[in-house]
Amino acid sequence: MSSREDILGRVRAALHRNAGNAATAREVMAAALANRNPGPQPAVAGEPRALLERFRLKSEQASSTVDIVATEADVPAAIAKYLAAMKLPTSAVAWASLGALDWAGAGLKVEARGARDADLVGITGCFCAVAETGTLMMTSSPDTPAAVSLLPETHIAVVQASRIVAYMEDAWNLARAELGSLPRAVNFISGPSRTGDIEQTIVLGAHGPYRVHLVIVEG
Amino acid sequence: MEIKSMRFKANSEASLANVVLQGNLKNAKGKFVTKRAEAIKELDDFEGTRDAAAAIRNKVIDNLDLWLERFETKAQETGAQVMWAKDGAEVCRLVTEIARKHGVTKVTKSKSMLSEEAGLNQALEAAGIQPVETDLGEYILQVNDNEPPSHIIAPAVHKSLDDVADLFHKVHGTPRKTEIPALTREAREVLRGHFLTAEMGLSGGNFLVAETGSVALVTNEGNGRMVTTMPKVHVVITGIEKVIPTLEDLSTLMRLLPRSATGQSISNYFSILTGVKKPEEHDGPEHLYFVLVDAGRADVVGGEFHEMLRCIRCGACMNHCPVYQTIGGHAYGWVYPGPMGSVLTPLYAGIENAIDLPHAATLCNQCGVVCPVKIPLPELLRKLREKQTDAGLRPLTERIGLRVWAWVAQRPALYGLGASLGARYLKWLAGGNKSIRLLPAAQEWTNGRDFPAPQGQTFREMYAARRKSAAQGDAK
Ligand code: SF4
Repeated sequence: MSSREDILGRVRAALHRNAGNAATAREVMAAALANRNPGPQPAVAGEPRALLERFRLKSEQASSTVDIVATEADVPAAIAKYLAAMKLPTSAVAWASLGALDWAGAGLKVEARGARDADLVGITGCFCAVAETGTLMMTSSPDTPAAVSLLPETHIAVVQASRIVAYMEDAWNLARAELGSLPRAVNFISGPSRTGDIEQTIVLGAHGPYRVHLVIVEG
Repeated sequence: MEIKSMRFKANSEASLANVVLQGNLKNAKGKFVTKRAEAIKELDDFEGTRDAAAAIRNKVIDNLDLWLERFETKAQETGAQVMWAKDGAEVCRLVTEIARKHGVTKVTKSKSMLSEEAGLNQALEAAGIQPVETDLGEYILQVNDNEPPSHIIAPAVHKSLDDVADLFHKVHGTPRKTEIPALTREAREVLRGHFLTAEMGLSGGNFLVAETGSVALVTNEGNGRMVTTMPKVHVVITGIEKVIPTLEDLSTLMRLLPRSATGQSISNYFSILTGVKKPEEHDGPEHLYFVLVDAGRADVVGGEFHEMLRCIRCGACMNHCPVYQTIGGHAYGWVYPGPMGSVLTPLYAGIENAIDLPHAATLCNQCGVVCPVKIPLPELLRKLREKQTDAGLRPLTERIGLRVWAWVAQRPALYGLGASLGARYLKWLAGGNKSIRLLPAAQEWTNGRDFPAPQGQTFREMYAARRKSAAQGDAK
């Protein structure tokens, strides 16, 4: 007997499985998968301004820094200013979806491609953002490779204010509506990577970025 | 991993006598507890969320066979391969075969308690494949001669900064560093090289989502993302009980897991991985394998301990356990310490191999109160004790002692006499002090603490005196 049959067989026996109770259980399962009821959620005010403020506050609590600009065209200059203030390099790798912005005009050298170990700054967008916890939702695709938010020491994410939702459950619904099925990788990111494994002292920059900077586009 | 739980008493005595360990435990003790208390305040309906989480876990466990089949079908549709392992040996065999098939020489690992259960690192090494632990805590333990973890969330919580400084100086051959950020950076640089060169990444799984056939991983360091993004093969090793129905259920559980574990509102990274890389994609594995492991779990289904299968491995029960706080994790002798370990070890490794563990608790119910999925841990520990007694596994002296006590307890006059003599004897031992330094017949009690001396009268004497004065009052 295969291990699969052995294991499932013992589970079935323990649950006294028969055709009758299997049919009932399948109905319950189908209902659970169709209804997808959320559990209790903490209150999050839903007006756009309140969502933006909460997202900003929670992101800062997760040790990200936040900048707000009026339009997407302002993004390259805002990022250039941040990099200069932090004395960080001016060349970066970015998602292809951001490749069309006028980076050169802001004095930056930005390449749209997958990330390499030597990249020090990675610029991404995000699928949406969750106000409840100050979290970015990244969905992988050829144009939005996962490693750009992971390998570089600095991760800069461009967030459209209109894409800030209240709860993670809203993010799932958005993904179902816009993407159909889940992409290979959904990464929720809340601040720079960290560890507390030595004496429970939090240190930023464990294996991923040391710093996460968010540029929220209001327009 | 070898089961050393039968040495619980000796292990815990050694832990109590270990000055360095006691210092480290004292440092760690409060941090998790305070942070968790703060974090759960953010939830308007913490109790309601706990109820919902318990219901989600029950829903699956009550029909585990069907949910497993559903998950398997979905995962296969996404291009993943699903394998089943009865025990640790089969886990080792399957993972070694996968590694051989893809010509793997190095495996980067994100934390997996099941791989500890199976002793997978040793098996891979024996097959000539290099396993590299990448969680900072696990890495520290691996380079320290494969020391076992002492906590499920913070595996190296028993190590001090000095311990790690000495260790890195020795194994990396670098100048000794004394700052935690510098030590973390050193490990980052060593491990970055491994992330980029390993052909296979291995992870556990916090949850398996039946709706989408995905695995969900909760991490802070980013190592979980590395091992599931950079290598061409990703293997998930996880227990069969980890399935949950929907992405919404995942969100509910996620409100509780990081808060209960580390006191974070959410972990830094939360990755939901589904299927393999598309040809045009820049990163991600080309091959994804799920190894679904029984190793004792199937036999817990439907039985008197089935509630334990709800466990989401947050570690809150050990963080709040006075026994764990005092002796640390190693004394428990296997992979899982604290109250959850005292239930899981006898269930998975054999009740006869962990005689003392169900007794390594005061049944104060701190664990039951904090458990995010409402597992009645003290009740399960008590049931295990009953099982041991029924199976005649307790020592003869204890069994005779309990018989004698039961016989006396059924004879009130004799019991009263015994209690009052006992109380007088203890008072005499205390010699006018409030506590007793050394109990002659039970030295274990007083080795690490004083025994409070009885004060005043016994309960029965007080009760009798009250009755008497009440009767006199009535007579007047
Ligand atoms: S038993 Fe409860 S508190 Fe303990 S690790 Fe499991 S889920 Fe957490």
